[in-house]
Amino acid sequence: MNFLVIGLSYKTAPVELRERLSFTSGDPGAVLRAITALPGVTEGMILSTCNRVEVYAASQDPAVGSIRLQRFLAEHHQLDVAQLKPYLYIHSGRDAIRHLFRVASSLDSMILGEPQVLGQLKEAYNQAESSCTAGPVFNRLLPRAFAAAKRVRNETAIAQHAVSVSYAAVELARKIFGDLAGKTVMIVGAGKMCELAARHLTGQHIAEVLVTNRTLSRAQDLAKKFGGRPVPFPEFPLFLHQADIVLTSTAAGGVLLTRAQLEQIIRQRKNRPMFLIDIAVPRNIDPEANNIDNVYLYDIDDLNGVIETNLRERRKAAKKAEEIIDQEIIRFYGWLRSLEATPMIVALRQQTEAIRSQETAKTLGGLQHLTAADRRAIEALTRSIVNKMLHPPITALKRIGDDITGEIYLEAVRRLFDLKSDSQQTKPDPLDEGVDSTQDITS
Amino acid sequence: MTIDLLLFRTTLVVYALATGLALTDILCSRPAIGRHSRILLWSGFSLHCLVLVNRYLATGFLPLSSLHESLSFYAWAIIGTFLLFHMRYRLAVLGAFITPLALVLMILGSTVPMASVPLNPSLQSWWLPVHVGLAFLGDAVFALAAVAGGLYLLQERMLKKKKVSSLFYRLPSLQTLDNLNHRCLSIGFPLMTLGIITGAIWANRAWGAYWSWDPKETWALITWFLYAALLHGRLAIGWRGRKAAILAILGFACLLFTFLGVNMLLSGLHSYATFGTP
Repeated sequence: MNFLVIGLSYKTAPVELRERLSFTSGDPGAVLRAITALPGVTEGMILSTCNRVEVYAASQDPAVGSIRLQRFLAEHHQLDVAQLKPYLYIHSGRDAIRHLFRVASSLDSMILGEPQVLGQLKEAYNQAESSCTAGPVFNRLLPRAFAAAKRVRNETAIAQHAVSVSYAAVELARKIFGDLAGKTVMIVGAGKMCELAARHLTGQHIAEVLVTNRTLSRAQDLAKKFGGRPVPFPEFPLFLHQADIVLTSTAAGGVLLTRAQLEQIIRQRKNRPMFLIDIAVPRNIDPEANNIDNVYLYDIDDLNGVIETNLRERRKAAKKAEEIIDQEIIRFYGWLRSLEATPMIVALRQQTEAIRSQETAKTLGGLQHLTAADRRAIEALTRSIVNKMLHPPITALKRIGDDITGEIYLEAVRRLFDLKSDSQQTKPDPLDEGVDSTQDITS
Repeated sequence: MTIDLLLFRTTLVVYALATGLALTDILCSRPAIGRHSRILLWSGFSLHCLVLVNRYLATGFLPLSSLHESLSFYAWAIIGTFLLFHMRYRLAVLGAFITPLALVLMILGSTVPMASVPLNPSLQSWWLPVHVGLAFLGDAVFALAAVAGGLYLLQERMLKKKKVSSLFYRLPSLQTLDNLNHRCLSIGFPLMTLGIITGAIWANRAWGAYWSWDPKETWALITWFLYAALLHGRLAIGWRGRKAAILAILGFACLLFTFLGVNMLLSGLHSYATFGTP
């Protein structure tokens, strides 16, 4: 059984094609069952987001499986395979596992470290489970991918610090005020960006939102949206001293607030700090205002600069994250092998015990003059010889989980002792309802 | 090596390790390491308590008479104050700045003669622990205020210059640092005032005059005025942020001079605690 992924993402395909291929409409269960109905494909899962469309599958023969899946992907969306092919990536085995781990950890995302993709992947897995198209391969692999993503998130700075203008504004406000609860925000102008930033700010239990706009009705609309209070545009400077955070974005405004005005306001506020966010172009607030004590003025370029720095930090963190992924993949394989090693140890013990008891019985049959005590001694002797001889190989097998060359040992033991892989069926592993499928996720 | 020396050196080493870890945490942004640093700091502090108790048992009075003992007690008070504030306000990052300070004091303390000085009979009274203890506790709280002030200025500068970094994100918010300044002031100032008043009463008992204008007293008064100005500015004029931070740092510099500079450069009634042989 092999794990494979075929799909396309923002890296390989234009948005038109991604839209075309998206699986967001229709009955997801039916699509998944159609995938597992393909010959040779036993498990299927679809991850369909605005940045990627991917089909994950378990298949006996990856080469054949991938061709069938490509055809399915094309036909399902009424496309020609040849049209689709240049935009697709196909991974199988270890590469596919790495791809899955990287997607889950948001290392493959357009915005590095964004948290949504993990949720989308979990949803996709849940969908596959409820449609009964997830089997032993997925059930083993997906929880591991989620665990790897969690490790990346906790141990690196990949998801830290804002990478959007509105979040950056909130984050900076927190650096100034600490807790934003009880603060007052004033919104001057009603641009799209302003609305977005205001939405993030109002999510922080702030006390009051004052909204002003040249057209009072717009201000009233926006005020209603955020549970705020509209302020007539000509009078808004009179309310400024109440505001801890001011967001300006009037398009045709030019400079609305001068340094002298703000100096007076900060005096009125008894030096309580003010955070001014000016996302208008041309700017609404005199840049000189940043030199006033306790006034912090950020324009759109400043915010973008902050985001750029944060992104750089994320890219740095991504290097560390890749190392974690490497470790998690090695761990995953180790775990798979240890799953295999346990039944193999049992098989080895059973086989040698069978030989020992058979041969001892044969010999003892010809030695009728021995006393019961002698017989017990001989039994004990043979048993201890076998145990002593098996001890080193079994110890080695128990340890192969940690060893990258573990595979070789497993294969060597299988061949040297002529073990049949079907011997495993006699001892069910609690973790595992299809042992032989494990052996091959790795292939 | 005596028990006393052994305990002191061990404390010093533990503080040094805690400082190292706290700095690693800040410079390489490894919060997990910071937690170990705090555990070490707690152990160092416990050891330090043992140092003080051991000295107390040996001499029969609180170990505050020689320069070594003063330095050690001050370091103890600083660490103790930080740990208390940390328990209350969760200011882990401050540790990276406050532990080096205590460490320097401890190192200084290990370079001066460690023998405990037989106390001048005129000074043997319970006013000693009250006066000196109060003064040092106040000083410790002001040390924290100064560190908070330094961090405030650093953070404010980064916000104004719009330069963010991993250190920037680790620092507490301006508001938190300013609140800390305010709280330290409202705890430290009464302590310091009481320290000076008890000192005056004790001076009257021991030397026959409340105030003799010896250099230590003069500098203590200057320091007191600085902090009084800051407190007044905060409460009456609405100083905050930058101004308050700068004054807290200035006040601390003045305070350090009162404590160490006066002993080194000027002589007077308080000159028992000098760098030379006592």
